[in-house]
Amino acid sequence: MHRTIAGLALGLIAGPALAQDSASQTLTVYAPDYFAFESGPGPAIKQAFEAECGCTLDYVLGEVVPQILLEGDRTEADIVIGIDSTQAAQARGTGLFAPHGVDAAALTLPIGWEDETFLPFDWSYLAFVYDTEAVDNPPTSFAELIARDDLSIAIQDPRSSVSGLSLALWMDTVFDDAEQAWADLAPQIVTVTPGWSESYGLFLDGEVDMVLSYTTSPAYQRMAENDDTVAAAIFDEGHYMTIELAAQVAGTDNPELAQQFMDFIVTPQFQSMIPTANWSYPAALPREDWPEGFRELPIPDSAIWHDEETAAERRDPAIEAFRSGMTR
Amino acid sequence: MRRLAGWPGAAASGLVLALVLAPLGAVLWRAGGAGWPEPADWAALRFTLWQAALSALLSAALAIPVARALARRRFPGRDLLVLVLGAPFILPVIVAILGLIAVFGRSGLLNAALGPLGLPPLPIYGWHGVVLAHVFFNMPLAVRLILQGWLAIPAERFRLAASLNAPVWRLLEVPMLARVLPGTLAVIFLICLTSFAVALTLGGGPRATTVELAIYQALRFDVDFGRAVTLALIQVALCASGAALVQRARLPDAFGAGLGRSVQRWDGGHVLDALVLGLAMLFLLSPMTMIAWRGAPGLLHLPPEVWGAALRSLLVALAATALTLALALPIALWGRSLGTFAALLPLATSGLVTGTGLFLLVHPLIAPRLVALPVTVLVNAAMALPFAWRALAPAIEAAEAGHGRLADSMGLRGWTRLRWLLLPALARPLGFAAGLAAALSAGDLGVIALFAAGDQATLPLMMARLMQAYRMEAAAGAALLLIALSLGLFWLFDKGGRRAAA
Amino acid sequence: MLQLEDLVLAQGDFRLQADLAVPGGGRVAVLGPSGGGKSTLLAAIAGFIAPQRGRILWQGRDLAPLAPGARPVSMLFQDGNLFPHLTIERNLVLALDPRGRLTPERRARIEAALARVGLAGFGPRRPSALSGGQQSRAALARALLSERDLVLLDEPFAALGPGLRAEMLDLVTEVLGAAGRTILMVTHAPDDALRLGDLALVVDEGRAAAPTGVEALLRDPPPGLRNYLGH
Repeated sequence: MHRTIAGLALGLIAGPALAQDSASQTLTVYAPDYFAFESGPGPAIKQAFEAECGCTLDYVLGEVVPQILLEGDRTEADIVIGIDSTQAAQARGTGLFAPHGVDAAALTLPIGWEDETFLPFDWSYLAFVYDTEAVDNPPTSFAELIARDDLSIAIQDPRSSVSGLSLALWMDTVFDDAEQAWADLAPQIVTVTPGWSESYGLFLDGEVDMVLSYTTSPAYQRMAENDDTVAAAIFDEGHYMTIELAAQVAGTDNPELAQQFMDFIVTPQFQSMIPTANWSYPAALPREDWPEGFRELPIPDSAIWHDEETAAERRDPAIEAFRSGMTR
Repeated sequence: MRRLAGWPGAAASGLVLALVLAPLGAVLWRAGGAGWPEPADWAALRFTLWQAALSALLSAALAIPVARALARRRFPGRDLLVLVLGAPFILPVIVAILGLIAVFGRSGLLNAALGPLGLPPLPIYGWHGVVLAHVFFNMPLAVRLILQGWLAIPAERFRLAASLNAPVWRLLEVPMLARVLPGTLAVIFLICLTSFAVALTLGGGPRATTVELAIYQALRFDVDFGRAVTLALIQVALCASGAALVQRARLPDAFGAGLGRSVQRWDGGHVLDALVLGLAMLFLLSPMTMIAWRGAPGLLHLPPEVWGAALRSLLVALAATALTLALALPIALWGRSLGTFAALLPLATSGLVTGTGLFLLVHPLIAPRLVALPVTVLVNAAMALPFAWRALAPAIEAAEAGHGRLADSMGLRGWTRLRWLLLPALARPLGFAAGLAAALSAGDLGVIALFAAGDQATLPLMMARLMQAYRMEAAAGAALLLIALSLGLFWLFDKGGRRAAA
Repeated sequence: MLQLEDLVLAQGDFRLQADLAVPGGGRVAVLGPSGGGKSTLLAAIAGFIAPQRGRILWQGRDLAPLAPGARPVSMLFQDGNLFPHLTIERNLVLALDPRGRLTPERRARIEAALARVGLAGFGPRRPSALSGGQQSRAALARALLSERDLVLLDEPFAALGPGLRAEMLDLVTEVLGAAGRTILMVTHAPDDALRLGDLALVVDEGRAAAPTGVEALLRDPPPGLRNYLGH
């Protein structure tokens, strides 16, 4: 999953990405940069949906959750896509959203999904990925990673990125004393970057042995870059699962259009664009329909999943464990 | 005796105060009040103070030998070196960081050289990286300030000391340094207090969190307005104290002053000076060279939207420059302490809080992205104001001190005084201030990132987006373009001012 | 006639009293030891220092309400008499029109004034292209142009050599004196006072004495001046 939360840049709340032909009706979709930027699935989805609805779809790029929190009920969004499951409680707190109105039976997530507001459209597992040519004996557990002083890693800051926050929650679950675990991990951490792209860039530059990313990242290296040397280390303790969500805004001027888009999300047409553009698992596509590169990916034995209340409840203690453990 | 009307200065000061305080008020109002700082905020405050102090000390300490070598040596390329000393300060921060990583990063030039010698790699992430970057940006400024002090020592004293065979260092240079260093330290300390992009990129973890970075985290991820306001107020208090330090220490005039001379002396140290200057050149030029080296291939494959972004950056920079001068000139001419306060206030404010506050103010009226560029111009102009004002105020003072009475006795007032006494004397500092404002504005990522718009991105934003999309070659090309734009604008304006003054 | 009526000037601890009159068209050398208050006296007449007490009158009119630029006074300072960033012509036109507009008629008058002080053709140059003596001449030309009746010279020629200084003094007498201007000139040198050749007044110990004939004064100096002259 291409996370570009809080780039090297300041946070990027962005404006309309693509052309603004004013057709009869316009659907405004708030989406993260990585989703709507040219290399993401956004442009193809726009094209497909516009062909279906005879309307115009406009993306507003940026960090969607901060953006709607900032705008409140004056938001122009009809649809918000790309809400991370760890931020769902914050997004729900705005009270902006209407039920998604889609039959959850279409979903193919490894867990059951009953939420009536947020609709998953993709998911992945958090993982440390490594260069198979630089690391020949990758750690097989989180406990081993913490003990391995020979490895250098880059992670993302839990205070500025969802992947970093997910890592903090992951460690909060795996270790009884997360603060101690952070202190033990600190020597291996070369740097904590504000967002995913900076860490991953450092990894590709060879500045670190391992980087916090997703189990689906090697698929990108293999399929897009023709690079077989990147793999995800699978840990015995299980992997933190992250789900990306979409929702429709209750106050939309285009309720039919918004509902049409929500329905579109779980169609095979939409879902089949996810793996090789967003580089994550589709949320409503049977495994046999995944691209080959994705079916081959090793899958963790157990998933660690926080529902949104747990994620919201553990958020502050998990971040505090990171802060105090790392500054010890 | 009123020589110039006061209202333009008062109006400009009022505008700046409103521009800075209204957004802060908007965020405060939205937050429903500011809270008491948390332990993490105090930690950020401690780190901010500590890194700023260390950066100032190191910058000044390293600058002393460089300034001395420049003061006493005349050699081919000296003018070029003085020119290079002006570059880091106006280099776009995100570009400079790219260059620093290319040289000092784990797979950078330095570590590539250390590796074969069996030395462990030097880390760049963490407080040392933050301080390294700050020294890169501010050591040249320190050199310019200290060199000014050296050149102010009359040549006769060096001759006298030489004829008496007296120790120049103890007799002349130590007293000069004692006069110049406090101001130099204070101004660099002040500049480093609001460090954000450097700490964000090179800080490498929670240990190296500055107050401005904490504001960013509070605003952009937690959307915790209350905490952002608390931190913003801490920052204002912090910088106000810093600014008071600068005022007390009497800053030497480094902005725009001529550094072309050198003093003839009769003490030795040629080899040492050559070494010092060589190292300083290497330290300053290698990151810039790496940017050019890595960026040149990318220049050929720039996505077309980069050129649009470059044009937008150019227009934003020109508009911000005009606005900066339109604010700085009346405020500097006004010469009141309220004006000084208004001119310096933007140094203390968080660009992020200003941007967010403007967003909150504008949002009920109009879609923020529609006014992204005008708002960027406004904020960039405010951010460049302290530097432009610093360049103009001493020149106005000097012109008044030198020929004010003559102008009085001839009855030159108002526009006539401006036209015949002040503007001609200000041509050079005006050109310099314009160049500074244009370069800072062109290179600033700034609030455009808050309002921004996919189809309205400026060059720095486009570069950040390319980096996020991991298109590093194109990003490096955009970085080179950005450097060329920033330095080119500075050079043009500065040159224009010099020509008009000649 | 310039009258200083019961004038008291104060600057910090320093006080200067004056109660005297200078006849219209007089050329007065202002003599006295350093720090005696010579420049202070001129600054007060020019309007840079407000009197603590007393009045300054020109042709019977109190100058107090007038700003320096509105007084009938041209002043030449010790240095900085020309704006360095303007050409000589631009510098001089300011004496004719504070807004500095050059018209053909003004150009002609400037050229004539420059010719009068021996600087014909120097109009387009910058002050930095002129020697010290030439700069002084240009400043004199401006005083000539300004048509203000009172000319105050605060040691403008102090930096020139003796020969050049004598030349400048002759020029002052010849050009400004002939135009009927009333001249007050601060100087240290008795020779300069003699060269100016009319009146002299002594400023010493907090008092400015009334002007008397310069030759008589120097032949029989009062005690303060005698010490200063080293007799």
